Amino acid sequence: MKNAVGREIPDFLLENGKEVYQGKNYMDGKYIQKASPRTKRYEKPQESKLVETLADALKQCGAKSGMTFSFHHHLRDGDFVVNMVMKAAIEELGLEDLTIAASSLGSAHDPIADYIEQGKVIGIQTSGIRGRMGEVVSQGKLKTRAIIRSHGGRPRAIEAGEVHIDIAFIAAPTSDCVGNCRGIGGKSNCGSMGYAMTDAKYADHVVVVTDCLVDFPNMPASVEAIDVDAVVVVDSIGNPKKIASAAARISQNPRDLMMAENVAKVIASTPYFKDGFSFQTGVGGPSLAANLFLEKYMDERGIKMGWAIGGICGPMVEMLKKGKVGKVIDVQDFDLDAVNSINQTPNHFEMSASQYANPANKGAFVNKLDFVVLAALEIDTGFNVNVLTGSDGILRGAPGGHPDTAAGSKVCVIVTPLIRGRMATVCEHVVTVTTPGDCVDVLVTDYGIAVNPLRPDLIACLDAAGIKHVPIEELKEKAYSMVGRPDDLQWEDEVVAVLEARDGTILDVIRKIKPYSLEED
Amino acid sequence: MEILKPAMAGTLESSDAQVMVEPGDDGIELTLQSSVMNQYGRQIKATVLETLERLGVENARVAVVDKGALDCTIKARVECAVFRSCGQSAANIPWGGAIR
Repeated sequence: MKNAVGREIPDFLLENGKEVYQGKNYMDGKYIQKASPRTKRYEKPQESKLVETLADALKQCGAKSGMTFSFHHHLRDGDFVVNMVMKAAIEELGLEDLTIAASSLGSAHDPIADYIEQGKVIGIQTSGIRGRMGEVVSQGKLKTRAIIRSHGGRPRAIEAGEVHIDIAFIAAPTSDCVGNCRGIGGKSNCGSMGYAMTDAKYADHVVVVTDCLVDFPNMPASVEAIDVDAVVVVDSIGNPKKIASAAARISQNPRDLMMAENVAKVIASTPYFKDGFSFQTGVGGPSLAANLFLEKYMDERGIKMGWAIGGICGPMVEMLKKGKVGKVIDVQDFDLDAVNSINQTPNHFEMSASQYANPANKGAFVNKLDFVVLAALEIDTGFNVNVLTGSDGILRGAPGGHPDTAAGSKVCVIVTPLIRGRMATVCEHVVTVTTPGDCVDVLVTDYGIAVNPLRPDLIACLDAAGIKHVPIEELKEKAYSMVGRPDDLQWEDEVVAVLEARDGTILDVIRKIKPYSLEED
Repeated sequence: MEILKPAMAGTLESSDAQVMVEPGDDGIELTLQSSVMNQYGRQIKATVLETLERLGVENARVAVVDKGALDCTIKARVECAVFRSCGQSAANIPWGGAIR
């Protein structure tokens, strides 16, 4: 059945009430029955929940084959915990048929690809999937279909019981002996722990893995001891150098700066750019640089930003400290400046992934966003964006908060160069639709600006401000005139991954990739 | 033109292509690697073969490692490798002739 973004969704996926994507806000007003975990009572006072090893913790939580383990990704590409836990479960306890439900996975988790090939890991549910794991899933080696969700879609699915977590493993930069966790104060700090919060509340069992045990009580706790079964102290939960980069620097690349300046111009031309406006930006070159130019317009007009959300990095913390933004609410930190600021700088707060982006709760922060500035691997003439699959059709990205912020915000600006190497960023059809075009409003490239025809109000704003824009088809043709028209990718029929829209409907599927042949068929 | 000795042109930088030619005696034997193989592999192959034909190269072993180069770059790298292989890259390049 074709969905609202024109993707053919096979009927066998539409079972148990699963629907195809119908357009944004389709689920508005519907009721959900929330799932509840089955958790163990610890009524008798415990001096400590420390256990010797991960294997002991797994045993204490009744780990067995066929279970689903969850992880959060705040340690990013520095994470050691996923590999450590899966190794203990598979190699020490001999478990198999395991499913990993992570908020995201990266190339740090390449060893898991071996467990997939051996059939020990049979399920993957995640936002990001990259490196070898992306390759083996794209080759159809995972026994079940992977499920890809956005950062808001994941807590929605957990709360609705669509993913039931048997044991949640919480990588914690600091914990006390009963499991109050924080993302700061240790040796592998990550700042916010927002993506772990829903896991801790909805998992049957929760195991904290830390490399820095601190005195009780470790407050204010991101994950609270009331939800924790066991605490394991290991030598190291991650490589600090890869967890948070040194301060994210604003790009000096003139192309990035030109695009960033145009992003700021577009934003400043809209009626939403007024005192107290709200904002989120990515940390990619041109997205981050937009901060700089926006600040100029704010100064010119004597206005301040009310609040900012998102993955947070140094430049936003700088604006908070200068009083140019009222509050920063933070689900994840990208650099050390942000890590060191959360809960320390006044008005820099932590939030959960659900509070950030879940479309099924009663009002996530994204719903109050005025502007979001995002990047794209590809964007097609229907304004559909791909941030998941590479030009070869292999899984190597993450929807992350992209679809959530795009859907919630009043103005979603995509900023991307027109071509990258020989890849046309603006194209006829994206490989995979990760953010539907009905949520995307303006495209800024180095060769021109295009506005989604669904937003005549924004077209009028740009015209009034004298900002030149063209139909998106013109940008696509410009791109193809430089790089040539690409051949269509060749796929097998087998579906290897299902991409859920944030509301739980099916937005797209990823099929097994066909080996490429230089000969014409 | 005849390929007299092995020669190379180009780099492995992003958006470039490295082309290596060697003498051969059985037509054009092309091996191609590309970071954009699935979308542009056939176009790259066609560009390389066209360029060799234009230069009158009939026998050669040609290896192309493409890192997402545009067609103009691929052509230039093939031409340069061929001219180097027959010692003609220093002078008398037929600009506007075989090279265009």
